[in-house]
Amino acid sequence: MDSRARNLLDEALGLDQLTQLKPPLGGKAVLIEDCVETSGSFVLHQLIKRLLTAVPNSSNVVLFLAFANPFSHYDRILRKLGCNLGAQREKGRFIFVDMLNVECPVGEEGKAGGRSGLFALFANITKVLNALPESNRKCLTIVIDDVSLMEVAAHGSSDHVLDFLHYCHTLTSDYGCSLVTLNHEDIYSSMDGLVFLKQMEYAADVLVKVEPLATGLAADVHGQFDGLQMTVLNRGSLNNRMSNFQFRIKENSVEYFYPGARA
Amino acid sequence: MAATKTRTSSFSRNLPAASSAQSPEIKCGPNGTFLVSSGIPDLDKTLGGGIPLGSLVMVMEDSEAPHHMLLLRNFMSQGLVHKQPLLYASPSKDPRGFLGTLPSPSSPKDDKSRSHDAEQEKGLRIAWQYKKYFGENQSNLDGQRGMILFRFIVLYNKQEFSNEFDLRRPLDRHFYTGQHVDCISTKDLPNIAALQERCTSFLSQFSRNDATVACTGRIAIQSLCAPQCESSNMEWEMLSFIRSLKSTVRSAIAVAIITFPSSLVSATFCKRWQHLADCLVSVKAIPDEDKELAKLLTGYQDIVGFLNIHRVPRINTQVPAVLEATTLSIKLQKRRYLVLECLNQAPVDGSSGSSYGTSGSCSGASSKSGSLDF
Repeated sequence: MDSRARNLLDEALGLDQLTQLKPPLGGKAVLIEDCVETSGSFVLHQLIKRLLTAVPNSSNVVLFLAFANPFSHYDRILRKLGCNLGAQREKGRFIFVDMLNVECPVGEEGKAGGRSGLFALFANITKVLNALPESNRKCLTIVIDDVSLMEVAAHGSSDHVLDFLHYCHTLTSDYGCSLVTLNHEDIYSSMDGLVFLKQMEYAADVLVKVEPLATGLAADVHGQFDGLQMTVLNRGSLNNRMSNFQFRIKENSVEYFYPGARA
Repeated sequence: MAATKTRTSSFSRNLPAASSAQSPEIKCGPNGTFLVSSGIPDLDKTLGGGIPLGSLVMVMEDSEAPHHMLLLRNFMSQGLVHKQPLLYASPSKDPRGFLGTLPSPSSPKDDKSRSHDAEQEKGLRIAWQYKKYFGENQSNLDGQRGMILFRFIVLYNKQEFSNEFDLRRPLDRHFYTGQHVDCISTKDLPNIAALQERCTSFLSQFSRNDATVACTGRIAIQSLCAPQCESSNMEWEMLSFIRSLKSTVRSAIAVAIITFPSSLVSATFCKRWQHLADCLVSVKAIPDEDKELAKLLTGYQDIVGFLNIHRVPRINTQVPAVLEATTLSIKLQKRRYLVLECLNQAPVDGSSGSSYGTSGSCSGASSKSGSLDF
């Protein structure tokens, strides 16, 4: 059951064939969208776990930009999932950047001093990237939790946040590393806000949209993935996977199943 | 706490200084969290025992009725009764005057129709305690590392985790006339930075890294973003403030509650505020003399409003909380005690049993009502 269950989400993300040689997410940019009713952070946790523990002695490195929760929160959760973040951090495979209290003010004129916040953050990322040996740079995955709080940290200058994300996307094409971001799609319901979200969606290779069940709360099924939105672009050929499957989150794993197929 | 110590066995517990059995105002929650009471025992029960330390509670107000004040009052009183330092911000000119209207814990002599939880029994309690002492200097200890002690502790437990508050009896003055209670009026603050500074300096006393912290701090902010405050137009500044408050509270031994008029905040910003909350509830007034509702719900006459729980704190866990009922009715028992109850559907007369979505506030609730009488 477990290996079959792993495949549904991992298949959609291309994570089911993790080897030492291939980069984990294949240099893709993944966007996870969720809402107030259903949180999508479990996808982040699953991803981190797969990246760090699936292949022993792999050179996968996760650079985590945390805007939402402190290290202790993720540490506890991943521990239950079977991944020791503290040990990975010591080995240099999990780099945690605590952005909870960090403001990224942006000057109106775009001066170097004014852009210090996001600029410095990007400089930090490139520093980490350059510190890795050349062959391993494609094994870096940058995870951002979450983008809406990055906007708040930048005091509302969504343009600069988009620029920052665009720069991160260039890293995926230049170095082959991967980018995973989480955002809340229900924030961007107005016309102006929609532009930001659509830009992010356009730039992403994989879109994972988590939503609640149409019928409301249930103890057995915590939500579903929006089938139409999960697309995987395969270097030129569009490979649409219409996967509308559901999930149930537990402390030490997540069950994925097609509607009605729960064992 | 957990990150610095390597775990040798799965049975070790990392307890902050304040959580020993001597302070009943904190109890252990799941996933290494610690809970404090909201001042409303029914709400504590629904949230899984209480409010976790470090969480930010947000209450969406109803512009038609001040039910959020009931929640605020009980929250503040609970903290004051436990002698927890309190920071209170409100848009009124004299926030300190509000403290005089806080309810007092009801005396045990009052007749209560509901029974206490077994865990709240007063009187003699014997607790067995296993504690790992790491180099602490205590006169009755060798100070050896890793020594496990049995301790029999006999407690005369006069203080409870959570009290019933009598809304008709004001709190004794000595509870809030101390140094530990601070009030701010947000009405004339030119910008939100002043409030942010006060909150930060208040919370600095409760940092988790500090081993000498002995108690929990409470912050209660009433009607943030109320129109009479000058800073209410600065939406991004507000968000920035809430974000910084949330992260500071998270790393402190404290809880914060913010109430805000959700109908006066723009939709996108309202969603952003909601996402920032660890615990999100909304209150709604009940229309008077609504015949449809009176037919649907038993005890309609006693209900003053509805409390909707949108989000339960999920600190240190990824598992969502699926509540049996997300809408509770707010009742004032004997006009004194705040009680939250699951909605009870009135007996349906056989055939129809059809749509109960007559009013917005009830539509979510009816499918998840408590007990159906069959």
